[in-house]
Amino acid sequence: MPEELSVLGGRAAQFNEEVLIRRIRDGEHDLFYELIRPYERRVFAAALAILRNEADAEDAAQEAMLKAFKHIRQFRAESRFSTWLIQITVNEARMRRRKEHADIMEPIVDRQDEEGNYTPRDFADWREIPLETLERKEVRQKLAEALASLGEKYREVFVLRDMQHLSIEETAKALAISTASVKTRLLRARLMLRDLLAPGLGGNWSSKLSFAKGAKPW
Amino acid sequence: MVVSCEEVWREISNYLDGEVDPALRAAMEEHFSGCKQCAAVLDGMRNVIQLYGDERMVELPLGFSHRLHRRLEENTAPARRTFLGWVVAAAATVLVAGSFELARSSVSGHPELRSEHARPGNGVPPEMIVVVAADGKTFHVPGCPFIHDKARLQRITAREAMREGYVPCVRCMKKYLST
Repeated sequence: MPEELSVLGGRAAQFNEEVLIRRIRDGEHDLFYELIRPYERRVFAAALAILRNEADAEDAAQEAMLKAFKHIRQFRAESRFSTWLIQITVNEARMRRRKEHADIMEPIVDRQDEEGNYTPRDFADWREIPLETLERKEVRQKLAEALASLGEKYREVFVLRDMQHLSIEETAKALAISTASVKTRLLRARLMLRDLLAPGLGGNWSSKLSFAKGAKPW
Repeated sequence: MVVSCEEVWREISNYLDGEVDPALRAAMEEHFSGCKQCAAVLDGMRNVIQLYGDERMVELPLGFSHRLHRRLEENTAPARRTFLGWVVAAAATVLVAGSFELARSSVSGHPELRSEHARPGNGVPPEMIVVVAADGKTFHVPGCPFIHDKARLQRITAREAMREGYVPCVRCMKKYLST
């Protein structure tokens, strides 16, 4: 789609969203599903990034959307509805994580000094990968495993910024951290993922990825 | 400006996000053209962003939408009027009805018919229950296929309908209409 058209489409969608929100506030509650339907996937992805378990993520996603419904009057039009919804989801998922996993230790990487320099580990050439490889379940699986192996604070930032396409400012707001932290963690997350994936995806698909051996290089 | 590999690694993510100033950008591009390792890191990071950014990366569990919809329905259902809402609505109806009574007694005679093609429904039994749409012109037998706005129908007696200026539907009320 030409950029101009997609911008127009975006505006139309936004207008439509404002109308929907007004009508829901005025009592047409059954329109709420229509409002959140375009974001189902993103809400689920945000919850999954934090909880790393599909069943928990689904439950948290449902709960977050119910909370959004209950607090729809508190939504302020100056932020995007999607950002607001993601923020609620992040809070919900984090709360559950604290409750259920209070006794589980964070991966060591989370306690590392994020300001410390990270040196790329592998300089293997990673030839251009056609996006069609994503049609293969095993590829998606490898990517998901690599992502799940990151420490939470890197995973959160990476998912919001690179998978959900929030801006750096929106990511910072959703996670209640500074934009400088977003940038630092994003750099680290992207470098780690590249290191994890380059040897496998860049070279031979059938070879086991190094992280699959269970040894974390950092 | 000349940048080292370490500096490039520190800024490589900002570089891809367009968050570095023009001087640094130029220096980094210069560096990439001469340093195979950093170019490999750049390509790899770009691939990471491109792959994970694809929406196919997030697969909803089977039945997710259905379960979500059901849970929302269960929890957002009271879109129907609350008790207070009904009280307010009832009060409003009384007020409206009252004002019609007032209008009738003061102006005398019938209000203007809502349609110029109207035929007064004098033959329609006054206590018969009919349906009207608030912004419609005609009243119908419930279930008449010629009702236009089926979403917002109101059941009232034929007498009330006629008092408010509605005219009988020429199809479903045909048998009551004098020709």
